[in-house]
Amino acid sequence: MSTAASLHQSRKRKNGVMMTLCVIAAGIGLAWLALILGALLYKGLAGVSLSVFTEMTPPPGDAGGLLNAIYGSIVMTIIGIIVGTPIGVLAGTYMAEYGRFSKLTTVVRFINDILLSAPSIIIGLFVYELMVRPMGHFSAIAGAVALAILVIPVVVRTTEDMLNLVPNALREAGTAIGAPRWVVIRSVAYRAALSGIVTGILLAIARISGETAPLLFTALNNQFWSSNLNAPMASLPVTIFQFALSPYEEWQQLAWTGALIITLTVLALSIFARSLTGRREDK
Amino acid sequence: MSAVQEALPAVRSSRDATVRRFALTDSIFHGMTRAAAILVLVLLGGVAISLVAGSWQALSTFGFSFLTSESWNPVTEKFGALAPIYGTIITSAIAILIAVPLGIGIAIFLTELCPRPLRRPIGMAVELLAGIPSIIYGIWGLFVLAPFLQTTVQPFIISVFHGIPGLNGLFAGPPYGIGLLTSAMILAIMILPFITSITKDVFDTVPSVLKESAYGIGCTTWEVTRRVVIPYTRIGIMGGVMLALGRALGETMAVTFVIGNAHRISTSLFAPATTISATIANEFTEAVGDLYTSSLVALGLILFVITFLILAIARYMLMRIDARTGA
Repeated sequence: MSTAASLHQSRKRKNGVMMTLCVIAAGIGLAWLALILGALLYKGLAGVSLSVFTEMTPPPGDAGGLLNAIYGSIVMTIIGIIVGTPIGVLAGTYMAEYGRFSKLTTVVRFINDILLSAPSIIIGLFVYELMVRPMGHFSAIAGAVALAILVIPVVVRTTEDMLNLVPNALREAGTAIGAPRWVVIRSVAYRAALSGIVTGILLAIARISGETAPLLFTALNNQFWSSNLNAPMASLPVTIFQFALSPYEEWQQLAWTGALIITLTVLALSIFARSLTGRREDK
Repeated sequence: MSAVQEALPAVRSSRDATVRRFALTDSIFHGMTRAAAILVLVLLGGVAISLVAGSWQALSTFGFSFLTSESWNPVTEKFGALAPIYGTIITSAIAILIAVPLGIGIAIFLTELCPRPLRRPIGMAVELLAGIPSIIYGIWGLFVLAPFLQTTVQPFIISVFHGIPGLNGLFAGPPYGIGLLTSAMILAIMILPFITSITKDVFDTVPSVLKESAYGIGCTTWEVTRRVVIPYTRIGIMGGVMLALGRALGETMAVTFVIGNAHRISTSLFAPATTISATIANEFTEAVGDLYTSSLVALGLILFVITFLILAIARYMLMRIDARTGA
């Protein structure tokens, strides 16, 4: 009897210890997030002013802003999305609609998942070999292509998943009134899966707007205002990288402010994207 | 009557034309989607081919010794990948050691312990950590974590382990702040959300009946987790860990800030080192000469091969657990 009671006690104690450790783990995880965001807000907000958005990146030891870097990031992100999204949506459409049970789909899904988590610096090297070396110089367009390659797997994945959730009865109803397959896909399946596909695109924007590694040796960087797509272009992440590692205080401050801008953008995009799918699930 | 008969061929031919047009546009659309799907395959193939082509010069110059040589000298053009490979593997391994217990703990907390109203917000907060760009972790590591480690933690650890043989080599000074251990800690923070969310997802696949029957015979929460939930989801957890390992191996910016970029193999975890991705990021645009550039691409090829294998294994494991829940 006493051994049974003591066994019960020791099991309860063990349970208590392990569960406390789990709570501590969760505490550490959340505290870490709070620490990073706190430091980012504290150091980043100190440098926020109008000049950040209106002035060019300064020479060392001078005051300035991040205008050309912000502009470059927006331009390359937009081109990356414009190039990458149609390819991703079409490939996802093939996998969920025309080729749902084909061997090609299985292979593409596997490869796409690997592409999704492949190191982005490898994509940078690929685009360097593909575009920068043949063209002979760094260019914004090469940076945008590198970003587009990162967009494709994200969009493929969400498009396929979302189209797979569309009930087949909807497609059958469309086919039954004589609509050809691509009309059914366009007017029924896409419409039903729209919010999910948009979520995928938003997540892709969130992902590429903070990417640094693939831009380092494709778009390079540019101290000055440039809207020439065939020339090196500044971007926010690469500028942060360069400024943070510099010994100049003004540059480091701008790096923190830039980091804050990127983080808030990315967080806003992912929260917005999640709220889109959340609404859909509630329905 | 005759008017209808006269109109019939016209109707029929316009209907035929419509059907033909539908068939044509449909096959065009089908072809476009198929081409896009194939393009995904071509992309990965293109990456592999371009890396092999770009690294050919280095690999043919150094041969197998590229993998085993520690020297990295741009002046004499002698390049070997051992130091970056060592740094990559050590930082990732330590990161996994830190992040896996934490991640599984958070997942247990979220599925078993957390009060219901808090579940979604906390789960979302952890997933938001995953969305923060790696450069943010890097800048935080450089300006916040590294100085803290340098002034507070590392001197303490060095003094504690100073007289202990075996361990004093592992924690040998001077405290730079940056180095292998700092990089590993930053990597651990970065991969924690991946491990947590995948573990949480596979925990959710455990049928309630299994857990309830264990609770029914009087198991404690820990016993249910340890004996029922974790064995049932082992493959899924392994898959998640491998996926996180793939991320850690290829992570560039967070590591580049805090690794120190020193091409040598040192037993001390406090010493500056380098990883494959940090070497490429730091040196690629400054590389002079074809052999230097080619050696950096060869590093990229090694990274590509390692991560491809790890990710393929991870996906295979996760596919198996998907197949089981689907069945």
